[in-house]
Order: sequence, then C-alpha cells, then structure tokens
Amino acid sequence: MGSYIAKRLLLSVPILLMISFLTFLLINLSPMDPAEVVLRAQEVPEITEELIAKTREELGLNQPFLKQYADWVMACLQLDFGESYVTGQSVWSLISPAFLNTLKLTLVSSIIIIVMSVILGVVCALNEGNMLDRSVRGVSFFLTAMPSYWLASIMIWYFSVRLDLLPTSGMDSYRSYILPVTVISVSYVGIYFRNVRSSMLGQLHEDYVVYGRACGLPERKITKHILRNSLQVAVSIFCMAIPIILGSTVVIENVFAWPGLGRLSVKSILSRDFPVIQAYVLILAVAFVLFNTLSDMINAAFNPKLRKEI
Amino acid sequence: MRALKNLSRDKLASLSLFIIAAIVILGLFAPVFAPHDPNHVDMKLRYAGSSWAYWFGNDHLGRCILSRLIYGIRPSILWVLAALLASVGVGAAVGFLAGYFRGKTDAILMRICDIMLSFPGYVMTLAVVGILGAGLENILIAFVAMKWAWFARVIRTSVQQYAEMDYVKFSKAAGISNRRIILKHIVPVTFSDIAVIASGSMCSMILQISGLSFLGLGIKAPHAEWGMMLNEAREVMFSHPELMLAPGLAIVIAVSAFNFLADGLQVALDPKRMNSGKQPRVTEVEKPNVEYA
Amino acid sequence: MLNMLEVNHLRVWDANEGKEIIRDSSFRLKPQTCLAIVGESGSGKSLTCRSIIRLHKPWIRQSGEILFKGENLNQLSVKEMRRRRGKQIGMIMQNGMGAFDPSSVVGVHFQETLKGHFGWSKSQVETAMKKAMESVMLNHPIETMNKYPYQLSGGMLQRLMIALTLVLSPDIVIADEPTTALDTISQYEVVEQFIQLRERMGGSMIFVSHDLGVVKKIADEVLVMRNGVIVESGSVEEVLSAPRHPYTQYLVSTRLELSSHFNEIMRGE
Repeated sequence: MGSYIAKRLLLSVPILLMISFLTFLLINLSPMDPAEVVLRAQEVPEITEELIAKTREELGLNQPFLKQYADWVMACLQLDFGESYVTGQSVWSLISPAFLNTLKLTLVSSIIIIVMSVILGVVCALNEGNMLDRSVRGVSFFLTAMPSYWLASIMIWYFSVRLDLLPTSGMDSYRSYILPVTVISVSYVGIYFRNVRSSMLGQLHEDYVVYGRACGLPERKITKHILRNSLQVAVSIFCMAIPIILGSTVVIENVFAWPGLGRLSVKSILSRDFPVIQAYVLILAVAFVLFNTLSDMINAAFNPKLRKEI
Repeated sequence: MRALKNLSRDKLASLSLFIIAAIVILGLFAPVFAPHDPNHVDMKLRYAGSSWAYWFGNDHLGRCILSRLIYGIRPSILWVLAALLASVGVGAAVGFLAGYFRGKTDAILMRICDIMLSFPGYVMTLAVVGILGAGLENILIAFVAMKWAWFARVIRTSVQQYAEMDYVKFSKAAGISNRRIILKHIVPVTFSDIAVIASGSMCSMILQISGLSFLGLGIKAPHAEWGMMLNEAREVMFSHPELMLAPGLAIVIAVSAFNFLADGLQVALDPKRMNSGKQPRVTEVEKPNVEYA
Repeated sequence: MLNMLEVNHLRVWDANEGKEIIRDSSFRLKPQTCLAIVGESGSGKSLTCRSIIRLHKPWIRQSGEILFKGENLNQLSVKEMRRRRGKQIGMIMQNGMGAFDPSSVVGVHFQETLKGHFGWSKSQVETAMKKAMESVMLNHPIETMNKYPYQLSGGMLQRLMIALTLVLSPDIVIADEPTTALDTISQYEVVEQFIQLRERMGGSMIFVSHDLGVVKKIADEVLVMRNGVIVESGSVEEVLSAPRHPYTQYLVSTRLELSSHFNEIMRGE
C-alpha cells in the first residue's frame, strides 16, 4: 500500500506541471494585451503606444515565453502570484481570504451532502420500490432539474424577504450559512444519493450475502459487509465531489454575495485581471488533482485488486 | 425504427420527446411564433401582469416576456444542442479510433483525454471565458473544449466492447476495410449508448451554460436568454419576484424533459430489454429448447 | 430416525411474473446417504436447495412441508431458521469467487461464522480451520486465510468451503453444483474431497449436478428433475443403468454415447 501511495503522488507531479504550463499558456493567448488592461484599470487618460510598450517592459512581458513561465512557476511555489492588474494588491492577499471563505462553505456543504446522501441512499435501497423510495426519487428529480440560482433566489425571497428569518447575503454569522449550504446540498444530494442507492441495491443480491446467510452469520455482520462494498463506490464519488463543489460554488457565491473565490473569479474575469484568474485556475486545478489522487488511494484501500494497477 | 417504437411505449419519454420537439420548433421559427419583438422596450408597460396582448406579462423594461422566452430558446437550448453535438462528434471520432484500433493509438489518445479530464471542468471553462472574454460563443467553445474528452472516454469503452465481438473479427478476416467496418457495424450499435449519454449531458449543459449567463458571462444584453432573464429578474426580486417565475420554469421543464428522455432512451435502446416491456427478473426456469427423442 | 429430511408438496413460484417454477415436489433424504439431484439448467435443482434453507431472491415464494428432524422448516420464524443454517444445515455454493466478501480476506468469514456459532476466540478458530484446511489438501493454511478471494483459485475456494463445513459439522450438507465452475482437474480433486467429507462427517448430503459421471461416483440415490418436476427417483444403479422415464433415458444415453465413443477410441477401434 505504501508503494502505491508513493507512485500515485509521483504521478501527480507531471500532471501538475502540465496544468500550470497550460494555464500560463492560456493566459498568454488572450486577445487583450495585459498592458492595456493595467493601464485602463489605472484610468490613465490617454493610452499611447509608448505607454503600452513601457508597461509591457515593466510587467516583464517582453521576455522569452519559457523564461516568463519558469519565473512564474518559481514564484508560485513561494506563493507569490504577482500583483493584480486592477487593484495592484498582491494576488495572494486577495485570494487567500477568499479561498478560506469558499473552503468553509464547501466543507460544511460537503459534510451535509455526504451524510444526507448516505442516509437517503441506504433508506431508499432498503425500501426499494415502495412509496418512500419513489417519492424521494420523484422529489429529488425536480430539485435537481432546477437551476441552483433559481432555487437560491426563491429561497432568499421566501426566507429573507417574506419571513425575515435569515440574512439575504454576506457571511456574517452562522445563520448566513444556512441558505447557501441548503441550496448547494439540495442539488448534489439529489445526484449522489442515487449512486449510493444503486450501489447498495447491486450488493443486496450478491452471492456472498447468500453464502453468509447460509453459514448462519448474524444479520448485523451481513449488513456490515454489504455496507463495506456499497460505500466503496460512494467514497470515491464523494472524494471527487469536493473539488467539484469547490469549483461550482461560483454561482451560489454570487447570488448570496459570499466573499469567496467564486465571486472573486467572476469579478476578475469581467475586469480581465489575468494574474488573479491565473492563480485561481492553478489553485483549483491543484486541489482537483490532489483530491483525484486521494480518491484513487481510498479506492485502493477498499478494493485491494486495484493496487496492482496504476 | 424499432427504437422509436419502444420509446413510444413509454408515455413519459414520449411526452418528453414531444415537448423537446415543440421547444426546438418554437426556437427555430421564433419570428413566426413570438407575438412581439423581444427587444422592444415600452416603459409604459413596465412590470405589467399578464394580459390578452402579452400572455406572460412584461418585464422591467416593458418587453414581452413570452416573446423573450421564445427567442431565448435559441441561445439557451438550440446553441447548447449545437455545442453538445460538436462535443459528441469530436469525442465520438476520437473514441471510435481509440476503441477500434487500440494499441498505440488508444494509448496516445487516452493519455490526451486523461490530461484534459484532469482539469476541473467548470474552472477551466471560466478560465477560457476569462481569457477570450465574455460572450455566448466563447462559453460554447469552452464547453466543447472541455467536454469532448469525457465523451471520448465513454464512447471508447462502449466501442471496445463491440469491437471485440466475433462478427467484427469475421469482417476483418474477410478483408473488409476498417472504415467500412466502423461505419456499418460499430456505429449503429454504439449509437444507442451515445444517444443516452448525450441526452443525459444535455441537462447539465443547459444548467451550466444558463448559469454562466446568469453570472453575466454569457450573451450580451439586450439579447434574450433564459439565464440572463433570471439575472435581470433577480435585480428586482424584492419588489417584483414574479418575474423569476417564467424563465426558471422554462429551464426546469426543458431539463426535466431531457432527463426523462435520457431515462426512456436507456430503457428503450437497451438490447437486453428490447423484447420485453417489463424489466426481466432472474428466474431459474427457461423454456425448454431441446425436445428429447 | 427414519428420514433426515422429508420434503412434501414443495411449490415454488415467481411472485412478480406469477409463474410456477417447481410444481409439486416430494422426496426423502435418508440418514448418512448422498442424494444427487440432476437435470439441465433451469430444471429447478438449485431452487430446491434454496427452498430447504429458505434463501431465495425476494420475489420467489415457496409453500409446502419441509420436515427436518421432525420440525417443519417452512413454518419456523426467520430467527429460528437462522440458528439452523450453518450449524445444522450447511451449504456449499457453486461460485467460489462470489461466495466470499470481495472486500475482506477469507479468514474474516471463518472468524465471524465460527465465533457466531461456537463462541470461539480468534486462535481457536485458527486452530480448527488449520486442521480442516490441511485435511482438504490446502497447504499454508494461515497464509491462505489472509488472502482475498480474488487471489485464490476456484478449486481452492471450493475446498475452503468444504473445510468450513468440516468444522461446522452440520447434519445435512447441501452442495449446489460445486464442481460446475471448475476445470476438469480441479473437478476431480474437489469430488475426492467431497467423498472424504462424507466419510468423515457421516451425515447426509444433497449433491446437485448436471454431470452424471460425478453423480455416479459420489451419490447413493438420485432425483432427476425437468422443468420443475421430479421425473424419476431411485438408487444410482437403478436409475443410471435402467432408466424408466424417457427423459432420464435421453440423459443417460447422451452421456453413454460420449463415453462409449471415448472408450472405442481408447481401445483403438
């Protein structure tokens, strides 16, 4: 198992390098000249060719591409992502608090999603076909067909405006968590509980369940074995779910004015703030790869057959 | 086609197909069906409720909501459908080559796919939009660039299954060209798998693309688009929440229709279930096929 | 005790499709004998076995009388039935690979089963299983018990099940096509193990198979089933040398054809 972990971690390094390279490359493909972006943001009254050339020099944009890339990677490893084109602040100082806020939202949501998906999935699998199962599936169906921002808006309108129970936006108290977490959870639980359910249904009729019963094993033990096999699939799905949720809080953050990465990213896209966009993409891509690796490792821990393959 | 006949048995799926077809036709022929010009501003009619002239009422700029919904079908559904088809097309081409030829071709193509897939989809879409700038075309390009790898992987698995079947081996042994084998033998069988996957993906694509428009990264005003209509409605949510109803419901209906269609297609096109309407249960008894002499 | 097991008017049907699978089955299992059930796939052999221990898929129902040691198994509560499974009525499955939980080592199954029935400690279980495994020709018993099912061959897994049965020593052993999924050499070895199992335990056995050759070797009595009905029953010599029912005659003659042709070739004719 140890060698498997080592191999997997080593494999992720080239992938990370590739992602960083592509990210850097993408930014440099932009039709807009970064120098111009900076100058516009600084509200320079007259943008002349000389000014652009000078700014390009200052930003180090005339150096050979690979040197720019190497400099950038070295800086990133030291958590120096440059300065924002728009505000001039260090990108890291913009991103780190935002990242933290998004992380809080994601973690709380993820916990609720995992717990609710497992509970609903197991309950529905054990009640396969009857009213409970069918009504849960029906309701979840419509909830997942709803755009999350629509659901969010409706809930804000109802709970904040009509009932005045919860804050409409911002991240002030623990109460501000309730609505955004609920909206995120509703969308994802609807999808994931179905995975848990079908995984468990698949296990209920397996031969080892029959043999276990034939040998007279107590039901508790049998349920334990069933859960072990069903949850294996669920665990790997959940591991991947976290970075997906991390990335897709973009919309929710904007609806609830949550001061997180999602909101920051949209702002920087609209203002063409390239260093921020670059850093955002890189950080999330790294999180993605790390969670992917983690998910594979957990999978291998549960299913020993996979340890042989890479 | 047998598939359509099977599908027609499933009432829900037939209804969904009908709804989707209706939406597509409405969108394609929007100028014919829309009662008014979707961009015509009339400040006197701001926030007007539904009336005989304006069935769904008017929005915050006095524009006809129904017309905007109908014209909005084009970017929200039709263009997404186009992006989906492009994505599936590229993915299928790659998937067929990889799954059929295997060996080195497969290894190289799948490596490329893995790299593409190791990027978080939504984030990269934002990145592409961030670089190229906001706009519907850019969003769609970003989506096609991100999604094709996923389709390629799934289709390749499906193709691999069929490419190993005996009749393909016989064809190869008989000297039929690879191109013909792929086109005549493999494409028709994998078509059902592809159809199911594509219709399922349509749901998430509609939601994501309208989400991006909602954020203001999509189509530019004053064009009508469902996500953007919700954005505009949100701004006046506290005073006129009813404006959020129409576009939101439109999205829910469209996504649900594609969802039901995908489920229905899966059941209808599954070759194992083709002959029976009900789900087959496992029993030990099979009809005797040998009569003893 | 007259009969170890008496099955009267067993009826098994599919509640989903309303189809009857086993119509009206009645047979006896005498003490210390091996009863074979033969027939083609789908004749209802496995379902009969499952009916005895009452472990069907949820949409299968059964009715009738199943007398074991004077008690009607069909009328016992689920809890009481569980107590009898394993310790008094044991079962050996066809597919060794699927029989054990793929996510645990096989030793775990033995631990849980034996602890549940006898309350043994970990080391007691190990000692008992070690002895049993050695007697079924499984070398390196401790190592084997720490392996996952996918690491062991079909034949080994069958022998593991036989070893567990040896330790449990039930009164009836039901073997559901144990050799069908094995290659010829493993088949031979496993059948030898079954014969030894019979001799050592002295209890009764129900052996399901579609291979008449194996049946001839191991069984005393035989039931022939076709489409859920018992078409013929009797001692192995009677039924296989002088079958009365046309279907049995067909089965036997087909088998005879194969072996007689083989013998001809071997004799060089």
